[in-house]
Amino acid sequence: MVHFQGDSCPIQLTGCPGHFRRKLTVVNDRGRLSAPGKLSGAVVVEDGAGTATDDRPEDNHLIPPGSLRDLALGHGLKQTAVVPPLRSYIAEIWQRRHFVTGFATARNIAMYTEARLGQLWQVLTPLLNAGVYYLIFGILLGTNRGVPDYVSFLVTGVFVFNFTQRTFITCSTVIRETLPLIRALPFPRGCLPLGYVLIELQQLVLSFVVLFVIVVIAGEPVTPYWLFIIPVMMLQSIFNIGCGFILARWGASIDDVSQLLPFIVRTWMYTSGVLFSLQTLSLTFSGKLHDHPTLAYLLQINPAAVYITLVRWALLAEYRDALPGAQPYNHAKCLLYRTFPGNPHYVSYSAYCHPTTLPSIPSLWLWGTGWALVVAIVGFLFFWRAEARYGRG
Amino acid sequence: MVVVEDLHVVYRVYGTNADRGTAASALLRMVKRQRRPSIREVHAIRGMSFVAYRGDAVGVIGRNGSGKSTLLRAVAGLLPAEQGAVYTDGNAALLGVNAALLEDLTGERNVVLGCLAMGMTKQETTEAKPRIVDFSGVGDFINLPMKVYSTGMGSRLRFAIASAKSHDILLVDEALATGDAEFQRKSHDRIDELRAQAGTVFLVAHQLSEIYETCNRVIWLEKGQIVKAGDDVPGILDDYLEASGSERRFRELAETAAPAGD
Repeated sequence: MVHFQGDSCPIQLTGCPGHFRRKLTVVNDRGRLSAPGKLSGAVVVEDGAGTATDDRPEDNHLIPPGSLRDLALGHGLKQTAVVPPLRSYIAEIWQRRHFVTGFATARNIAMYTEARLGQLWQVLTPLLNAGVYYLIFGILLGTNRGVPDYVSFLVTGVFVFNFTQRTFITCSTVIRETLPLIRALPFPRGCLPLGYVLIELQQLVLSFVVLFVIVVIAGEPVTPYWLFIIPVMMLQSIFNIGCGFILARWGASIDDVSQLLPFIVRTWMYTSGVLFSLQTLSLTFSGKLHDHPTLAYLLQINPAAVYITLVRWALLAEYRDALPGAQPYNHAKCLLYRTFPGNPHYVSYSAYCHPTTLPSIPSLWLWGTGWALVVAIVGFLFFWRAEARYGRG
Repeated sequence: MVVVEDLHVVYRVYGTNADRGTAASALLRMVKRQRRPSIREVHAIRGMSFVAYRGDAVGVIGRNGSGKSTLLRAVAGLLPAEQGAVYTDGNAALLGVNAALLEDLTGERNVVLGCLAMGMTKQETTEAKPRIVDFSGVGDFINLPMKVYSTGMGSRLRFAIASAKSHDILLVDEALATGDAEFQRKSHDRIDELRAQAGTVFLVAHQLSEIYETCNRVIWLEKGQIVKAGDDVPGILDDYLEASGSERRFRELAETAAPAGD
C-alpha cells in the first residue's frame, strides 16, 4: 500500500523523544486550547494525570489555512446535529414508510416469541382483559351504572382506551429502547414513534375482532353503524400519533416521564367514562357531576371520552338508543331514570331526557376530528424541533 | 468531506457518587432549588479542528478515554457540540462495538429493517439481502434473534448492513476488532471500496497495524485534544508507540514495503 506523504512528515519531532512528556507552556496560536468562555465553572474536567495536556502544542497538519467555516460552506457542507428543514424531513419519513411498517410488524412478532403460546397472546391479552372486568363489574358488583348492556359498554371502553394508553406508555420509551439503532444508522427518528403507534394499531385490530365476538354474544345486533368504527379508529390513531410524538420527545430527555405516566393515564381513564357513564353521572340526581354541568361537559369532550363514546355509539345499539334525545322528550320517564338510574326497568329511559349539557354525536365527531388534527400537527412539530438531539447520552 | 471546527463536546453524567441518593436528600434539594449535585460535566473533547476529504481513510488513535469514540459520535451528529461545529456533506453511519440494532429480532429482519432505515427501497433491500447475509458470514444464525449472537457475529452483521449502502461517511469504532482474520481481511477490502466510491472513512482501532494498512491519514488524541494529525501515518504511529513506551516500527515497515508495493 502506498501512503501519501506530504509536507506534513513530522520528522523534525522524532528528534526530540521526550517532547510529549515534558510540560510545555506554549499556547497554540489559534487560541484553541484555552477553555471556552461559554462553559460555566461547573465543568469538571476529568483529568486524572494532571494538566500538562492543556499546554501541549498540537502538531496538526490537517488544518488548511483560512476559515474552516468558509471552507465547509464553500464546499456545500452542512452542519451536523441541526434540525433538518420541515419539508425534507416529511419527505424523508415518507420515503421510509416501508421501514415504519416493517419495524412495526417485526416488533409485533418479536413481542411474543419468548412465550410458549406465542402469537396467541395477541388475542388472549384483550380476552383476559375483558374477562377480568366482566368478573369484577359484571358478576361481583353486578351493577349496570345506569347503562343498558353494561358489560359490552365496559369492554368497549376498556379496549378503546387501551389503544391510547398503550401508545402513551410505549412511545415514552421508544427513543431509549431503540438507542442502538439510532446510534448506528442515520434515518429520521420520527419513524420510530410512528412505528410504535402502528404496532398498537395492529394489536387494536385484533382486539376489536375479540370485541365484536363479545358484543354479539352479549346480544348486540350487527348493524351498518359498525362501519362508523373505521373513521373513529382513524381519528384516534391520528390523535395517538400526535401524542406518541410528544411523549417520545419527553421520554427521551426526562426519565421521570415514564415513572409518572401510569398514574396520569389511570387518572385519565377514570375521568373519561371507561368504567362508568359520564352521562349518567351528570343526568341522574345522585350523580356526582349533577351539579357541575360545565365540568361534565369538559370531561365528555376530552379526546379519550370522545373516541370511546363514538365507538360505543357505533357498536352498541342499546347504548345508541338510550342516548338522551333519542326519543321524544317525556318528563315522567326521564324523571324515573334520573331518580333510579340503577333500576334495570328504567335503564333505557335516559332516551326520553333532554340532551342539554351533553355534547351531541355530531359535535363529538367535530371534537374528535379537531383533537386528532391539532394534536397530530403540534406533536409532529414538537418532535421534529428536537430531531438533532435524539440518541445522545 | 468532513470539516471539524474548534469542536468542544461536554457530557453530562448523572448519578455520580456525590449525591447520597436517598429520597429525602432529593426532596431537600428540590425545596432548596439546588441543582442536582450528581450531574457532573465531563469535557470530553476540548477544541479540535481538522479537515478530512472524500476518499480519505482517517485513523484515530489514542489511549482509552482520550475521546476517540466521542469524536466519532460527534461527526455522526449524535452528540451536540458545546462549542464549534462539525460540517459534513452527507449522511454518516457509525459502527460501534455496542450497537446491537434490534436485538430481539432475527438477523434477517435486522438486515431488512437496517436497509429500509438507510433509505433503500423495498426492491433494493430484497436485492441487497443475500449479499449482506453472505458478506456477514453468520450462516444459519441469520434466522435467530441477534441477542444470541456472539460479539464477533453481531459486529460482522452490523458491519455488513451498514456497509451495504455507500455512505458519504463511514465511522468504524473498533467494530472490526472482534471479527476473525478472514472477516478483517474482507472488511478491509470493503472499506477500500467505500473509499474508492469517494466516501470518507474514520477508523478507531487499538491495533495500530490495522490503521497502518487501511488509513492514509491519522489523528492522535490525548485527553480530548489533538496531539498530532497528518498524512505521515507511519511517523505518527511510531511517535504514538514511543510515547506509550513501545518500539518504533512502522517507519521501517513502510520503507521496506513501499518499493515492493509500487
